Amino acid sequence: MTDITALHAFTTQVRRDILRMVHRVNSGHPGGSLGCAEFLVVLYQAILKQKLPFQMDGLEEDLFFLSNGHISPVFYSVLARSGYFPVAELNTFRHLNSRLQGHPTTHEGLPGVRIASGSLGQGLSVAIGAALSKKLNGDKHLIYSLHGDGELQEGQNWEAFMYASGNKVDNIIATIDYNGQQIDGATDDVLPMGDMKAKLLAFGWDVLEILDGNNIDAILKGMTEAKSRTGKGQPVAVMLHTVMGHGVDFMMHTHAWHGKAPNDEQLAIGLSQNDATLGDY
Amino acid sequence: MTTYINSGSKDTRSGFGAGLEELGNKNDKVVALCADLIGSLKMDEFKEQHPKRFFQVGIAEANMIGIAAGLTVGGYVPFTGTFANFSTGRVYDQIRQSVAYSGKNVKICASHAGITLGEDGATHQILEDLGLMKMLPHMTVINTCDYNQTKAATIAIAELDGPVYLRFGRPKVANFTAENQHFEIGKAVLLSEGSDVTIVATGHLVWEALEACKALNEEGISAEVLNIHTIKPLDDEAILKSVRKTGCLVSAEEHNYLGGLGESVARVLALNHPVPQEFVATNDTFGESGTPDQLMEKYGLNAASIAEKVKRVISRK
Repeated sequence: MTDITALHAFTTQVRRDILRMVHRVNSGHPGGSLGCAEFLVVLYQAILKQKLPFQMDGLEEDLFFLSNGHISPVFYSVLARSGYFPVAELNTFRHLNSRLQGHPTTHEGLPGVRIASGSLGQGLSVAIGAALSKKLNGDKHLIYSLHGDGELQEGQNWEAFMYASGNKVDNIIATIDYNGQQIDGATDDVLPMGDMKAKLLAFGWDVLEILDGNNIDAILKGMTEAKSRTGKGQPVAVMLHTVMGHGVDFMMHTHAWHGKAPNDEQLAIGLSQNDATLGDY
Repeated sequence: MTTYINSGSKDTRSGFGAGLEELGNKNDKVVALCADLIGSLKMDEFKEQHPKRFFQVGIAEANMIGIAAGLTVGGYVPFTGTFANFSTGRVYDQIRQSVAYSGKNVKICASHAGITLGEDGATHQILEDLGLMKMLPHMTVINTCDYNQTKAATIAIAELDGPVYLRFGRPKVANFTAENQHFEIGKAVLLSEGSDVTIVATGHLVWEALEACKALNEEGISAEVLNIHTIKPLDDEAILKSVRKTGCLVSAEEHNYLGGLGESVARVLALNHPVPQEFVATNDTFGESGTPDQLMEKYGLNAASIAEKVKRVISRK
């Protein structure tokens, strides 16, 4: 049985990590990071079958690819607290000579990262390649990926959607962080993307929605359901409805905190809303 | 002067196809991807013999590069195949982030490079690809000169752990290097010894350099010819050893002079042993429709042009 209380506590600590990392270096992307905290905690603590120490080839384990690399703070925090590298290293985020680059990279050898991301729209293709690699190796484990909704404005995604369904790549679960926000404003204002579910269905994907993407129970149920729908001849997409900035009241429901760091006072408020459950780094 | 015999003109892309076929049979980690140009890239045999290791991605080159990067995770060695234009300029950011910066073991194999693509015209005749690719950190850049060398290079790059750009072409050109040769990445090949001038050539211009060497020899000019199949990493030592003897150099390539082999060589000379240099290359221009021979002549990329530049560079010594 999954310990929901423990996952809640884990998420609260991750939120503190995100705020403190971004505040310390006065740069980074807290909004999307906070919105995806529950998802990545559930993924790494309850869904992924993973092996440590980290091996790039990832044989006989599930693999995760982050396509929207700007939410590196949440990725780094969850990786560190899942045992991939020392938690204390979070203190080096975006600093000179750090393995924790502004956007994730394999270049500095940070365990847990299998592809560089940051320039948007590339991760789905890479995840599909890894899924094909699993099939060639006779490895039944799954490929998971995460994408921003605004990121789907990049055309390469649609090449990838078409390829995966046309070639029955059914060992992949691509999750879309559906928060409706991007740097310049609401996605509907910047470039309306219409009925995303209908588009994904039309591109031949099996689509399911997690309507409360900041609810640990809902994510657990949704991702378990998504797993059960793999291996059936279709790639699986999850539309994860989240709130950007979730868990810090003044950062929620706005794109303002997409790529902006809190000041000292704002940090204190944000931390007061999230207890240090596992101990700060 | 060493003379070379054309054993029968062949296209370099067929050398790639033959190399890939051989690789497919001896290395089950080699996989191949193509963006709707299987026939043009001569990938038919690999596809027939290894259907599970062949991926037709359609007209979607960005996705192809990404999938190739992903296939390396799990131990595969992907070879992507499409025209040089669509292998580089069209997918530069995908190569930069998902392959080069990510350190993925992807072999980007590019046919129909340069102006000798011919009648299709400038939309397809990329003359900037060497520059684009050599600027990417850790990217190995190779431009082979004939069928035999392209086949050998295709087999050799599978053994290198890291991203490679392998450039070859469409037209049938002289096949004069040894069959089943050993291809050493990063090592220039001294084709003919001489004392008056060094000619460094890459790709289709290597045969033209040999033709120029022959013509110059009849006029009493002794040219040393180096085949620079690997533009990056460049064989600095071979170039410097030659110019220390000859005192001047002509570079020859089917590429814009900006960003090509010539500029890489000029840097080596400037840093170590400055001597006069002339460039046989396109002059910051797009190409146009025509037969390969017509285009080589119009854009000054043939033996006659090399010989002319040799005389000019010698006069500057």
